[in-house]
Order: sequence, then C-alpha cells, then structure tokens
Amino acid sequence: MTFAGSLVSAADGFVAPGPSNFDLPPVFSVGGLEVTKPMLQLVLAAVLVFGFFYATARQGSMVPGKLQFVGESAYGFVRNSIARDIIGSRDFIRFVPYLLALFFFILLNNFFGSIPFVQFPTFSRAGMVYGLAGLSWVVYNAAGIRRHGFLGYLKLQTVPAGINGVMLILLVPLEFLSNIIVRPVTLALRLFANMLAGHLLVLLFALGGEYLLVHGAGLIKPVGILAWLLFIAIAFLELLVQFLQAYVFVLLNAMYISGALADEH
Amino acid sequence: MTGSANMIGYGLAAIGPGVGIGLIFAAYINGVARQPEAQGRLQAIAILGFALAEALAIIGIALAFVL
Repeated sequence: MTFAGSLVSAADGFVAPGPSNFDLPPVFSVGGLEVTKPMLQLVLAAVLVFGFFYATARQGSMVPGKLQFVGESAYGFVRNSIARDIIGSRDFIRFVPYLLALFFFILLNNFFGSIPFVQFPTFSRAGMVYGLAGLSWVVYNAAGIRRHGFLGYLKLQTVPAGINGVMLILLVPLEFLSNIIVRPVTLALRLFANMLAGHLLVLLFALGGEYLLVHGAGLIKPVGILAWLLFIAIAFLELLVQFLQAYVFVLLNAMYISGALADEH
Repeated sequence: MTGSANMIGYGLAAIGPGVGIGLIFAAYINGVARQPEAQGRLQAIAILGFALAEALAIIGIALAFVL
C-alpha cells in the first residue's frame, strides 16, 4: 500500500478504500430507529421479487405467454436443478417455496451491487446475512427434528456411521460443533465476505484509477486508464460472483435440509 | 507499514484454497470430459466443493480485516 503510494509520490493523498466505506449514514430515522440504505434495499428486493412472481403467475394459463414463461423457467430452475436434485423427489416440494424466495431475494440483493444508482450490495453488511443464515438454521434443524425426533436428529447429526469406541468421544463434539454451531456462521460469512471483498475490489480499481489519472505525474497517468479497463473487467467478474454466491447459498441450504432429512445409515 | 503484514499473511493463506479450487475444477472437467452425461450431477458436487474450499479463503479475509 505504502510502496504503491510512494511511486505516485504525491502528498499521500490517496486513501485506500476499506471496510469503513461500507458504513453508510442513515437515510432517515423513525423514532430513534435509524434506517440505512441496505435496510431499504432489503424491503425493495422483497417487494420486487414478490411483484415479479405475482405478475408472472397471475394468469396461470396453459399456454404461457412471454412473461409467464420467464417466471416459470425461473421457478423450474430452482425447483428442478436445486431442490429436486439435492433433496430428492420424496420431500423436496415442501421446501421449494422457501428455496425459490431465498434464491431470488439473495440474487437481487447481490445484483444491487452492480445496478447503477443503487450500487451497494446489501449483504456486504454482515448483520443482514446473519438473519438469513439464522433462518436457514431454524429451517434445516426443524425439518430434521420433525422427521427424526429431537434425540434421533441429534444422533444423526453428531454420531458418524460405522465408528464406535473411543473415537466417538473425540468425534461427537467435533461433529456437533461443525454441524450445529459453525454451519450458519460459515454460511453467513461466505456470502458476506464475498460481497464485501468483491465490492471493495471494484471500489479500489475505480478510486485508484481516478487518483492515478488526476493526481499522477506524467507517465503514471496511462496506468490510471489501465486501471479503469481492469475495473470494467472486474465489474463483469463481480456479476458472475454475485450469481454464484446466491446459487451456492441456496445449494448449501438444500444440502443441509437433505442431510437433516436423510435416513439413518 | 501499518496493516501490510496482515495483507501479506492473507496472500499466503489464499494459496491453499487457490490450489484446492484448481484441483476441484480440474477433477470436474476431467469427469465431464470422460462422461458428458454426468455433467448435471458433477456440477452440483463441484460447486459444493468449491464453496467449501473457498470458505477457508473467506475466513482468511475476514481475519485479515479483523486482526
């Protein structure tokens, strides 16, 4: 950081973007509750996702029009390639509404990081993701407890098959830690850190390019243009990552549900 | 030089997951090349493995900022 700064040699005016760039001031406050931009984005995304699927499913005709076709392909993608393939054809249909809403809610919130004039990924604030991870923790544990009973479910999640004796004393606490406690944390951190790091990278190239172009001396200026070209390339990479992270989040949710529902082996 | 050691440490820590993700996708491409009809099943497994390996890098970047 300081090495690159000394190359530019200006009076150390460049401040690299950091996590503090994500602390937005409140937009307005209602009775002491300060409402920030990510909170508004959550509401907007929920309204848009609901509106989209309501509009596409309203007609429900046998021969779908264009709009209904788009909605049904979106539904079919989550239903077939995530829910049915992972959870299995016996139980998956109960979880499709949850997974569908989750996928498009996260996808839209991630895309907010690239949509002009919004340009802030909602889930780059950790608190927003902890809510989703907590919800998925409740869903897969509740599904497992309903299927196997409380003790049966605990046994399924903590006692690995085909192991007995002294190894169990070592493995049971580890499995409990990994399957019950750490899971929602890694689930949340994966989405949060990907959104934070990706947006930070875009921010760094945009601000750094601007700084080199405006304040750089002589030959340094073209490097700023190079940085902006890379900035465009990275913005497209970000779109891919945003889709992939929404997919991975929902895929892992489905995996956890199917693991909780699995029969004893 | 504040904060630089953190970033060097994170760069080193990212080598492991980088190699891991490379191996996962290499195996995935191999599998699809040998048996193209299995792509659907392999894709979900590959993405899951990718997500699990990537989690290590993600924990690293979280710690790089926190510590």
